Amino acid sequence: MEIKFTEENLKKLEEAKSHYPTNDAALMSALWLAQYQFGWLSTDVMKYVGNLLNIPYEHVLGVAEFYTMYNKKPVGKHHLQVCTNVSCMLCGGYDVVDYISNKLDIGIGETTPDGKFTLIEAECLGSCGTAPMMQINDYYEENLTKDKIDAILDKLSKS
Amino acid sequence: MSDFQPIILKNITDLQNIEVYMKNGGYSSFKKALKLTPEAIIEEVKKSGLRGRGGACFPTGMKWSFMPQKTDKPKYLCANGDESEPASFKDREIFEKNPHQFIEGTLIACKAMGIKTAYVYIRGEYYPWIVMLQKAIDDAYAKGLIGKNILGSDFSTEIYIHRGAGAYICGEETALLNSIEGKRGMPRFKPPFPANFGLWGCPTTINNIETLANIPPIIENGGEWFSKIGEPKHAGSLLYGLSGHINKPGIYELPSGTLLTDLIYKYGGGVKDNKAIKMIIPGGSSMPPLTADEIEGLKMDNEHLKSVNSYIGTGGIVVMNEDTDVVKVIKRITKFYYHESCGQCTPCREGCGWMLRILDRIDKGMGRNEDIELLRDVANNIEGNTICAFGDAAAWPVKWAIKKFMPDFEKKVKESVELPIANKVHSLRLTVQE
Ligand SMILES: Cc1cc2nc3c(=O)[nH]c(=O)nc-3n(C[C@H](O)[C@H](O)[C@H](O)COP(=O)(O)O)c2cc1C
Ligand code: SF4
Ligand code: FES
Repeated sequence: MEIKFTEENLKKLEEAKSHYPTNDAALMSALWLAQYQFGWLSTDVMKYVGNLLNIPYEHVLGVAEFYTMYNKKPVGKHHLQVCTNVSCMLCGGYDVVDYISNKLDIGIGETTPDGKFTLIEAECLGSCGTAPMMQINDYYEENLTKDKIDAILDKLSKS
Repeated sequence: MSDFQPIILKNITDLQNIEVYMKNGGYSSFKKALKLTPEAIIEEVKKSGLRGRGGACFPTGMKWSFMPQKTDKPKYLCANGDESEPASFKDREIFEKNPHQFIEGTLIACKAMGIKTAYVYIRGEYYPWIVMLQKAIDDAYAKGLIGKNILGSDFSTEIYIHRGAGAYICGEETALLNSIEGKRGMPRFKPPFPANFGLWGCPTTINNIETLANIPPIIENGGEWFSKIGEPKHAGSLLYGLSGHINKPGIYELPSGTLLTDLIYKYGGGVKDNKAIKMIIPGGSSMPPLTADEIEGLKMDNEHLKSVNSYIGTGGIVVMNEDTDVVKVIKRITKFYYHESCGQCTPCREGCGWMLRILDRIDKGMGRNEDIELLRDVANNIEGNTICAFGDAAAWPVKWAIKKFMPDFEKKVKESVELPIANKVHSLRLTVQE
């Protein structure tokens, strides 16, 4: 697969660049665009982004490594990020992790063989008042119960 | 339930809609500010007694006055919406329910400090709220409230959202600057302070989202009016967050100095299953925890919390019932700091891992008698010895939990199971699994 931003993403990148006095500052936006388009940030993707912005690959890698939300390896179609930090832990966050782990038969950090689901334990997602919760890709699922989790996973496994 | 009329999370349907916001007097404070001198705005904010809502409680008016009025360099404002301190979830409520009041506050701040570019730094996970705020910003642009020559005046300013990508430390103001510059979010040494040397070496002010959302009512009603809300030394309302073992978790906007017992029993509906309280975190995971004995009559503002050796922080209150395993909770919190340390300072980087390993073995019943002392020693060696306040944030929960909940630690150590040596070595190796 040739690594190249879509026209739309190139336009978005130009827009992002116009927000800052330096090109470097658009790096985080560029990595976001890349992650949405390519799914994860491979070495080739990072090199491509670096070339576009005139930033050395080493710097791109350093930034990508620093921030946990940039995927440095492929993840499943649905990235289940369950919060287990203090407020969620008190409301059963670990039970949610165990339940999903058993149901999907994957451990933390693993992806189902069909590539649909990846399960990870997340730090506080700012949803402590609606614990337990998880983030699935960009969206939040809050006040989780077994039934709710079943329904969510059911729906996602069909999509 | 309370006669207090919220000044940020107002009880108005669809307030996030710009038409509704403007119909209810929205952007009139900004229009008023457009006619005021920078000094007059800053004076009003000083008079209000508003203190930063990002955790450090720094007086906002004073912070603004540090910005040089005359300089050849561009000046910047950074609105801090990183909100990654565990148990904090208030700023997202503003993005969702009243984004325009925050935008209006940002505009007034820019006017007061002569700033032409403001960045709103929002944690990457808050994608849905980034979308909401961007919509509000776009609507304000469309009405000519942001951009060039706003409302026909000679005042111009742009507001951009900068999306983070998962790093608690980027909430620290100088790490946030590096992150906006497109670098790794490593805190900088201070001095130089951001007011002189911030974004790209230019004068920069960093304010929390809630802080800025408080500005429009201050300009509207005057600093003196604001200074009379709540506790004089920590004026205004606070967005208290209730979570944990509580019947009605959520964000409650109430005057500063609201009784903790009122927050828990009157507003929060009491502890789940009517249980007794074991421990309370008063303002986000970094703040020293409280015992059940300390909460009676305790007013929730920074000054009063000092009397129990804690602080208001972000106002995120975690209620823990009598069955809570204190060691487990502190271990989970420490795991967070271990994960989030940026790694620049040895005491923080190594200390967090060390604390986690000791807590883990105490928790697993393999603690040694000297472990509690060792743990305290490690925490003390982190506190005050690091580039940024993250070090203190990591050390405090451990240090104060030991002090206030010693019997819980001792009990776990005493109950230690004596494992065969081989097993012990094996499990110690496996303690930190990441
Ligand atoms: C580790 C660490 C994390 C922080 N996280 C946040 C945050 O998420 N949001 C915030 O507003 N302030 C945060 N702060 C405080 C900021 O450094 C800064 O004091 C604050 O944004 C200033 O705004 P204020 O004066 O309006 O409170 C953090 C500080 C530290 C040391
Ligand atoms: S105290 Fe910790 S987080 Fe702060 S600069 Fe040092 S290593 Fe980084
Ligand atoms: S502790 Fe889970 S969202 Fe905050």
